[in-house]
Amino acid sequence: MPERHQDTSGNQIVEDLTISTVGERDVIDEKYGGARPLGLWADTWRRLRRNKLAIVGLCIIVVFIVVGSAEAIAYLAGGYLAPYDPIKPDYALSPQGLGSPPSLSHPFGTDYLGRDVFSRVLVATRISMLVGVIAVAIALCIGLVLGPVSGYYGGWVDSVIMRTADVFFAFPFILFVLLLLTVLPPGFGSVFIAIGILSWATYARLNRGSVLSVKTMEYIEAARAQGASDLRIIFRHVLPNTMAPVYVAIAMGIGGAITTEAALAFLGLGVQPPDASWGKMISDNLTYLAAGSWWMLAFPSFFLIVTVFGFISFGNGLRDATDPKLKE
Amino acid sequence: MSLLEVNGLKKHFPIKTGILKRTTGQVYAVDGISFSVEKGETLGLVGESGCGKSTTGRSVLRLIAPTAGTIIFEGVDVMAASRAQMQALRRDMQIIFQDPYASLNPRMRVRSIVGESLKIHDIGTDVERKKRVSELLETVGLSAEHAERYPHEFSGGQRQRIGIARALALNPKLIICDEPVSALDVSIRAQVINLLEDLQDEFDLTYMVIAHDLSIVKHISDRVAVMYLGKIVEISDSAVLYDMPQHPYTEALLSAVPIPDPTTERARRRIILEGDVPSPANPPKGCVFHPRCPRAQEVCTTAMPALSSTGGDAGERHEVACYFPARFSGGVRAVATQPFDGALAAAQS
Amino acid sequence: MADRLLEVKDLSTHFFTHAGVVKAVNGVSFTLDRKETLGIVGESGSGKTVAALSLMRLVPDPPGKVVEGSLMLGTRDLRTISDAEMRGVRGNDIAMIFQDPMTSLNPVVKVGKQIAEAITLHQDKSKSEAWDMAAQLLDRVGIPDAPARVNQYPFEFSGGMRQRAMIAMAISCNPDILIADEPTTALDVTIQAQIIEVIEEMQQRYESGVILITHDLGVVAEIADKVMVMYGGRTVEYGGIDEIFYNPHHPYTWGLLGSLPRLDEVEKVRLTPIKGQPPDLISLPKGCPFAGRCVYVRPECRDQWPELEIVGPEHGVHCWVPEAERREVRAALPHFQAYVT
Repeated sequence: MPERHQDTSGNQIVEDLTISTVGERDVIDEKYGGARPLGLWADTWRRLRRNKLAIVGLCIIVVFIVVGSAEAIAYLAGGYLAPYDPIKPDYALSPQGLGSPPSLSHPFGTDYLGRDVFSRVLVATRISMLVGVIAVAIALCIGLVLGPVSGYYGGWVDSVIMRTADVFFAFPFILFVLLLLTVLPPGFGSVFIAIGILSWATYARLNRGSVLSVKTMEYIEAARAQGASDLRIIFRHVLPNTMAPVYVAIAMGIGGAITTEAALAFLGLGVQPPDASWGKMISDNLTYLAAGSWWMLAFPSFFLIVTVFGFISFGNGLRDATDPKLKE
Repeated sequence: MSLLEVNGLKKHFPIKTGILKRTTGQVYAVDGISFSVEKGETLGLVGESGCGKSTTGRSVLRLIAPTAGTIIFEGVDVMAASRAQMQALRRDMQIIFQDPYASLNPRMRVRSIVGESLKIHDIGTDVERKKRVSELLETVGLSAEHAERYPHEFSGGQRQRIGIARALALNPKLIICDEPVSALDVSIRAQVINLLEDLQDEFDLTYMVIAHDLSIVKHISDRVAVMYLGKIVEISDSAVLYDMPQHPYTEALLSAVPIPDPTTERARRRIILEGDVPSPANPPKGCVFHPRCPRAQEVCTTAMPALSSTGGDAGERHEVACYFPARFSGGVRAVATQPFDGALAAAQS
Repeated sequence: MADRLLEVKDLSTHFFTHAGVVKAVNGVSFTLDRKETLGIVGESGSGKTVAALSLMRLVPDPPGKVVEGSLMLGTRDLRTISDAEMRGVRGNDIAMIFQDPMTSLNPVVKVGKQIAEAITLHQDKSKSEAWDMAAQLLDRVGIPDAPARVNQYPFEFSGGMRQRAMIAMAISCNPDILIADEPTTALDVTIQAQIIEVIEEMQQRYESGVILITHDLGVVAEIADKVMVMYGGRTVEYGGIDEIFYNPHHPYTWGLLGSLPRLDEVEKVRLTPIKGQPPDLISLPKGCPFAGRCVYVRPECRDQWPELEIVGPEHGVHCWVPEAERREVRAALPHFQAYVT
């Protein structure tokens, strides 16, 4: 319902408050005529919806997060959320029961300590989720401070920070993590922290690229004209507008962190027995593969692959959906 | 005392080339200009691209650090102001930008955009600020409900109004309008121009309007300064500018501006300037306009003429920087063959 | 040589997007004769650019489609001829100059080559002949030192010169029709004057028709012979240049004229803006697209598009306000007191 009121000069202004009208250079320009400009994320969501693979990835991620969180909460409460105890060896199982293939009572089979593989896989989800979230969170904390600062100030600050980032890129990642783990206290918490500390460079660099273009925008000048401090400008104006490529990197980063944890588990770092993580399960049970006990590492492998695939697919889909130049 | 007094303002941007980024040259964006703005008036700054008008506007606000010159606002030296003093000054001097799409943060709601300066300067409580934002939105012809929306939900003209509301938040004394309507549709421009004029009356504002559209500048301004390649070549009352242009560039500029009236257009004598505007990195020696000037002579290559008044019909307030300005006396226009002394005395460096 | 170059009837171009059907152009008709300049005036959303692109069959398909109309270039209907034939028309019979000279030229190809390419596409000339012609054309559009310039890249040209180079490319095959889409909007006003002069010169020399698309009524007053005013995809008024400026009949035209500040105004006249915002082409009202902003709106306006009403020699308008009332209202508008006798 258009509303009429007067401006200070008595001109009638007809403002339609419910439907927004088109501007001179909106999302769809004059070639396509006018179009109701969609919300900030609505357009991205619409494009994302069309990408089947990305939606599959999103579903995987959702399931993963739900299971992981449930397990994490259970852990904090001192227990676990699984049909069987994932840690306690069950020697009571008869000799056929130890290390038995998938059956009705143990859908994923058991390992050589009588533990139900399915339960271990479920509980291990917690570890993977935590590594993904914590590592990336730490990396973001560092990267999303250094990136905007670097891009906004330019000059020698930019050079120093970016060259430091180059160093981090140049080092072989696992080696770097190993180095760092020698100085951190043992335990899987350190693994998460190490991965996080060493991953900041990607986010910083991505973010800085956007910052370089955003800082020339007039709304930044406007903030300065109003007396905003640099700090306020960087974190209130610049950062929120440079997050688009970072979201994609986050999705990829979580997938990468999970994989890295698995790799580290092979080296005996990170999760210690009897706790379970997918990587640990794979590494522990590798030797049994030759003996024919495929289920002990096939299922954790499967979960690992599917989860990482989910993150990467979704990340790819997100990148395509936010790319303004990509034709639909 | 004028509200704003600018003297000898210069802004040179270094050109850095090579791996070592050595300074190989300068862009003389603004090269020694002086003018003043009285309280309550509107000064128009007009010129084509590269003339330095935008740089001037931003230098006055110290959004760009000038290379030389003085800027005195209400008796306070802007260039020497401390951080605290500058914060106080910012409340009195504001700016409206050209691009309604780039001048509003797309991730902030309108109420945050308009109320940000109130927050920065710690004025009022949350409730008071909210009320003030609603007030401001209504003043510019929008509605209080618009405060909860994001910029992309508005059209260009409405966004420009939001920008104006933002500039008004702290009750400034001076507002620099940098191309306030050039990015807007023709039918919307008049809305915003009228709004600016009304606000000036209501809040006793002083404007410095920077634009390339001479019709708009003349309409909204009391006085107009014409800039070319970093220099002011003429300043006059806007009412007089069309009838008595003294500088050859002003004449050419006026004749090039199309007038929406076929009969007038058919009768007009068009002065077409040859060539393009030289680069501000390499301005001509002497008078910056002489390579394209139909009246140029030997003396014009020596030094940039000083800005001074020729008197006559044009009046004392009408100043021009030219050795051979057109002079008006008793309604007759004449160009002297001898260089004008006023331009020779204390020629600009 | 035929006098009537182009006859467009009921052109309609729609865009089928995910958000709905955008009726960019709706039932537009006009003609163009040799040596005539037609000015198509409108703001964003008026459909003027899409109309020109429809003529050239350059509307991206999907999502756009010319859904209706006949575009008669002589005896051929541009809407129905084959793609191959259309390629022969583009650049040869009808040439187009675009708004932004910065992006309309290929930055990695020499200017001379781009012009020569246009020539060899349509004419039976050798490469060296085409280059010579390119140099001549650059000279003809007023680029100094043309033989040297022809070997340069676009970045070595200034904005005004690039636009001249575009004009040179456009006239290289002596087109009968030159479409100029906002050719001077991105240029400084003194350069704008130069470019308009070049366009006029070329029109005289090649006896072509010019369609000038612009929002600048001043430029229209400068060189157009007749004007078509568009709003929201429709033609609201058309007529000869004097008729439109001194005897306008549509409220939108009045609004446009009244909202322009004039350089030569003696006394300051307060501008009379058009209230409201530019139209949303997806949700256009059934009737007149200007209804939402028109001060003289009446119920019929929203329901039905007014038929053509002839109000003067070759002067037509689409408006429900009766003619007598229009004249009365117009006489009282401040704009017309000052400038119109």
